Amino acid sequence: MNLPQVVQYCFAGVTVGSIYAIVAIGFNIIYNTTGIINFAQGEFLIVGAMLAISFNHFVPLPVAIFLAVVVTTIIGGLVEIVFIRQVRNASVLRLIVITIGISILMREAMLHIWDEKVRSLPYFTGTGVSTVTILGAHISPQVLWVLGVSTIIVMGLTPFFRFTLTGRAMRACADDRMAARLCGINDRWMVTLSFMLSAGIGALAGCVISPVTQTQYDMGASLAIKGFTVAILGGLGNSMAAVAAGLMLGLIEALVMSQFDVAYKEAVSIVILLLILVFRPSGLFGKREIAAMRAL
Amino acid sequence: MGKQLAKVVGILIVALALCVSVVAKAADAPAIKVGAIFAVTGGAANLGGPEKKTAEMLVEKINKEGGVNGQKIELIVKDSGTKPENAISMAKQLIEEDKVLAIIGPSTSGETMAIKNICQESKTILISCAAAEDIVNPVASYVFKTPQKDSDAVRRIFQVMKAKGITKIGVITSNDGFGMAGGKQLANLANLAGITIAISEAYDKQETDLTGVLTKVKGQDVNAVVNWSIVPAQSLVAKNMKQIGLNVPLFQSHGFGNIKYVQEGGEAANGTIFPCGRLLIAEILPDNNPQKKLLLGYKKDYESQYKEDASTFGGHAYDALLILVEGIKKAKSTDKEKVREAIENIKGLVGTAGIFNFSSQDHNGLGMDAFEMLTVKDGKFVIYKN
Repeated sequence: MNLPQVVQYCFAGVTVGSIYAIVAIGFNIIYNTTGIINFAQGEFLIVGAMLAISFNHFVPLPVAIFLAVVVTTIIGGLVEIVFIRQVRNASVLRLIVITIGISILMREAMLHIWDEKVRSLPYFTGTGVSTVTILGAHISPQVLWVLGVSTIIVMGLTPFFRFTLTGRAMRACADDRMAARLCGINDRWMVTLSFMLSAGIGALAGCVISPVTQTQYDMGASLAIKGFTVAILGGLGNSMAAVAAGLMLGLIEALVMSQFDVAYKEAVSIVILLLILVFRPSGLFGKREIAAMRAL
Repeated sequence: MGKQLAKVVGILIVALALCVSVVAKAADAPAIKVGAIFAVTGGAANLGGPEKKTAEMLVEKINKEGGVNGQKIELIVKDSGTKPENAISMAKQLIEEDKVLAIIGPSTSGETMAIKNICQESKTILISCAAAEDIVNPVASYVFKTPQKDSDAVRRIFQVMKAKGITKIGVITSNDGFGMAGGKQLANLANLAGITIAISEAYDKQETDLTGVLTKVKGQDVNAVVNWSIVPAQSLVAKNMKQIGLNVPLFQSHGFGNIKYVQEGGEAANGTIFPCGRLLIAEILPDNNPQKKLLLGYKKDYESQYKEDASTFGGHAYDALLILVEGIKKAKSTDKEKVREAIENIKGLVGTAGIFNFSSQDHNGLGMDAFEMLTVKDGKFVIYKN
């Protein structure tokens, strides 16, 4: 293989990796506040993208995306208030099962609202045929948008969870909800807030990847599985690690693809997930002690 | 006393109403039950959606015009969600509980192959809307299909390639029934046409980006790429090829026959060459084309009723019903065996996919001329000219 070809494979890896990463970020927010995995995260992405596509018929693209993010944020809040909050004696497992139910509900609702057809947002820069050439290899400018938006989200989220009062309160709820409540944190609203935040970020992610992946009502589940894999790989709760892990998985898949039949790449990513779960449950970038404490 | 009288009168009225409804029912001949299994949701929703709408529209029209041999048709539609396992349980339900005369659909080759034997063993006529040749080869006496053969599609593609001097190609297919069957036909017929397949890869049907697999194809210095799939990923192929600078002609299968895929492919879809039935180009066909009138009629009805473009796939369901109705008419009966025999004897029936000439050996009834080579120009389908 010559250099441009190697770089081209890397770009293919970065393209899918950036999609995995931006999906994974959403998982981390709700996990950070509640300790649960929101399996409806993929549907938040699709709702966001679908709304933006519909709004884009009437308003310019940036406004359409902004409106879609706002509406999806509200939907995220409503989902929490209507479904999650009502559960008495909510164990983590029970809540996770409920999120699976929510994902099915949202998928069916989307089928009725938008029908079964594939749609997509226009490319943010250029069109489907424009490319950026680096070292003799080509990449779609939209991939750079995905990477850029992921970076901005992570750069916003990391300090938010570390340094702001609200962010720290949200994390406290995940660690020990009773203790957080005793400290005067309104834990219910923190959970609602986390659903709103991750729905909003999911919607933004859905809009940014829509030109690349296209958008269909039932795509959420398969996107979410990859995003979930990446979130685990990086270490749940750590958005920066999720981006790193996403790009890594994308690159590994591209590497596998370059040497073996394409069909093997899915198998490889599942094997990696299993290995991580067995040998490093805290994820590649997570701290062992924290995972051990959480397990207690 | 007054109350009691009211009660008696009430009961009488109800009884009378019941009698009337029974009489009204008896006057009608029993409806002919026809099952339909379409992938209205799931990966092949772009196929199943128009198929269901078309079948419902056509049945309504037939019933309004007095039905077949004086009997109305009762269409029972099931949504398989593009899952072969669902198709199996739905086929069993239709056969055993609803006792249908025939099943039209399923939409995809994988689903059809899953229920081929079930229908054959229970002697229920199956008219599939899926493309793979395995459906009618080897022939099962009760199983028919309406879309053109994929081997004919491959032959037409290779003809064009020869004319263009293309000798070395890369093949990518989706990893579902349609893609696999097409890949097999391409491999079988390439030698005969003097074409080398330098690389052949299957990708996941839910793939959201194909730059990786296309990079691999690019590494083989091919003269052209053939993509064989019915899933939305096919509009990614054209875009991804341009994005990685793989500037060779792209050939698609007849699964590309939906203007929606062209719209999604955008600018990149221009120049894509693919074989297809004549529905998509009905307006620009010469007036003496025997299919033109039927195609325009179907298109007009569909588009005015559903406010969306008609697609080839809806046409497959149209043909399936057309063939079944013709069979029932010819058999003058709803006996499964008689209708089956009548279908085998249909000759020169003009449908949306082509002109059907069935025989006991040919359960597809279409020839290579059922395909027209099309290409995309400025986001529209036009007839391909060398």
